[in-house]
Amino acid sequence: MTDMTSYPVPPKPRHTTFYSRNKLVITPLLFIAPAFAMFSLFVIYPIIQSISLSFYEWQGIGPKKWVGFNNYDLLFKDPVFWKALVNNIYWLVLFLLAPVLGLIIALFLNQKVFGIRLVKSLFFFPFVVSQIVVGLVFTWFYDPAFGLIAALIEPLGLKLPSILASEDWATFGVIIAGLWPQTAYCMILYLTGLNSVNPEMIEAARLDGARGWRLLVNIVLPQLRAATFIAIVVTVIGALRSFDLVAIMTEGGPYNSSNVLAFYMYDNAIFRYRMGYAASIATILFLIMDVYIVWFLMRLLKNEKGSR
Amino acid sequence: MFPRPIQESSKSRQLMYKVALPISLVIWLLPMIAIVATAGRSLHDINYGNYWGIPSEWAFLDNFGEVFSSSPILIYLLNSVIITVPSIFGALFLSTLAGAGLALYKFKGRFVIFALFIAGNFVPFQILMIPVRQLTLDLGIYDTYLAVILFQVAFQTGFCTFFMRNFIADLPFELVESARSEGVSEWKILIHVIIPLVRPALAALAVLQFTFIWNDFFWPLILIQSDELRPITLGLTTLKGQYISSFNLLAAGSLIAALPPVMMFFAMQRHFIAGLTLGASKG
Repeated sequence: MTDMTSYPVPPKPRHTTFYSRNKLVITPLLFIAPAFAMFSLFVIYPIIQSISLSFYEWQGIGPKKWVGFNNYDLLFKDPVFWKALVNNIYWLVLFLLAPVLGLIIALFLNQKVFGIRLVKSLFFFPFVVSQIVVGLVFTWFYDPAFGLIAALIEPLGLKLPSILASEDWATFGVIIAGLWPQTAYCMILYLTGLNSVNPEMIEAARLDGARGWRLLVNIVLPQLRAATFIAIVVTVIGALRSFDLVAIMTEGGPYNSSNVLAFYMYDNAIFRYRMGYAASIATILFLIMDVYIVWFLMRLLKNEKGSR
Repeated sequence: MFPRPIQESSKSRQLMYKVALPISLVIWLLPMIAIVATAGRSLHDINYGNYWGIPSEWAFLDNFGEVFSSSPILIYLLNSVIITVPSIFGALFLSTLAGAGLALYKFKGRFVIFALFIAGNFVPFQILMIPVRQLTLDLGIYDTYLAVILFQVAFQTGFCTFFMRNFIADLPFELVESARSEGVSEWKILIHVIIPLVRPALAALAVLQFTFIWNDFFWPLILIQSDELRPITLGLTTLKGQYISSFNLLAAGSLIAALPPVMMFFAMQRHFIAGLTLGASKG
């Protein structure tokens, strides 16, 4: 016994358990597991299920019937699908006005005068308001009998047509409502970007005689690349996701003239119980969106690869 | 600075700018001004077609009182709170863990997992709609708050993880290394080193998530059926039917619905914008 105590007790070997040997691998897995499980269950797996469902005929209950590509055959012969797709393209193209208008407003507001902070916030706040409220507001705004636009142009002897009840104009009426908060979003992205533009480069360019438009295009815009990239991504995604405004303002009408893929899908699933057909519309929308998602990811991860 | 500071231009241009600013603001906010003005209009004026003229009286209090007493708007608001608050906490909890896992450790496949979280965040809701609805039916939680909360937690975790991972990756890594060399456990590093440093990111995410989830219309529409469980966004569509010709009351209801996120935005503006413009100022 005394022999034992005369030697210093060797320290307990610390890195013996499986966990302590591998903790730099196990810890991140434990940290990520709960989020990943939830995300897989509610996002990733449902995507796979939806794509698979698009090859079946199903009414929401009862057995599913395999129909191969039949849903897609029907879809490509469905005039409402094409109408909705064209409208989605209108959304996409016109929504790209949001980054442009957002940049113009940001340039207009990028000054240091009294009260400018409040003005910037007030310009931004349509983005904070629910799309349902935006939809309701614009519905009144457009109303030919009691809307504000009609009231404003009446003294000029003009009569406002019923925008949301017109097959030609309904889509554009809804898109303009959507542009309002989207422009506010792009504006705030550009205001932040303008904040970090290198002032020395601007001064140097000014000394070289560049001003106005040329200064903007050659010196400022290249430095706003990050803001432009994010603005375009969120705008494209926003345009393809358009649902709330269509649902509250027109429900796709009149006669499907303002329908979009997202709403047509919902309509088929919830009101016509055509789950397989609805899933095929969702799959098409998903494939279109993938182009942008992949583009975004590639740009993003290219910058990430170098980091820790 | 671009454009050139207005102070450097002539007095007359400065004056023009100062006049143009409020005018453009009024035009920009015209839809919002219209709804506020309508919310204060009396039923008498509405019935007599006086929609935009000078009101015979201001009836804000009457209209708001009427909306609260004649509609379940208070319940809708409460439902929105019940759905929104736990969803925010859930998403922040999961994404802080996952963000730390992705930012602080090197392991195979971390880019794939990171990319999945980002990509999932951008998918159209319609591709999730039928299976998620079915899943809540299978779990027996369809038409409950829990269905919407669980979905929001799962979905918003994508964006929040993206955000937290980038924020944590920008922290000085030496802090973690020195804690490790002193034998501090990984879990304790997260609690005592990382969490105190990510507080601003959590604040930014919380306000952002509040508006996203509060304003969401689609998922309660898909997952909730009972009127008494509806959040305010869905409730507004009910009010739209109820107040079909009382625009003043519908306007008052819309204002009430818009108010919480707007107040949150003005109170937490700096955090809100920091969250929203993440990455916009990088080169």
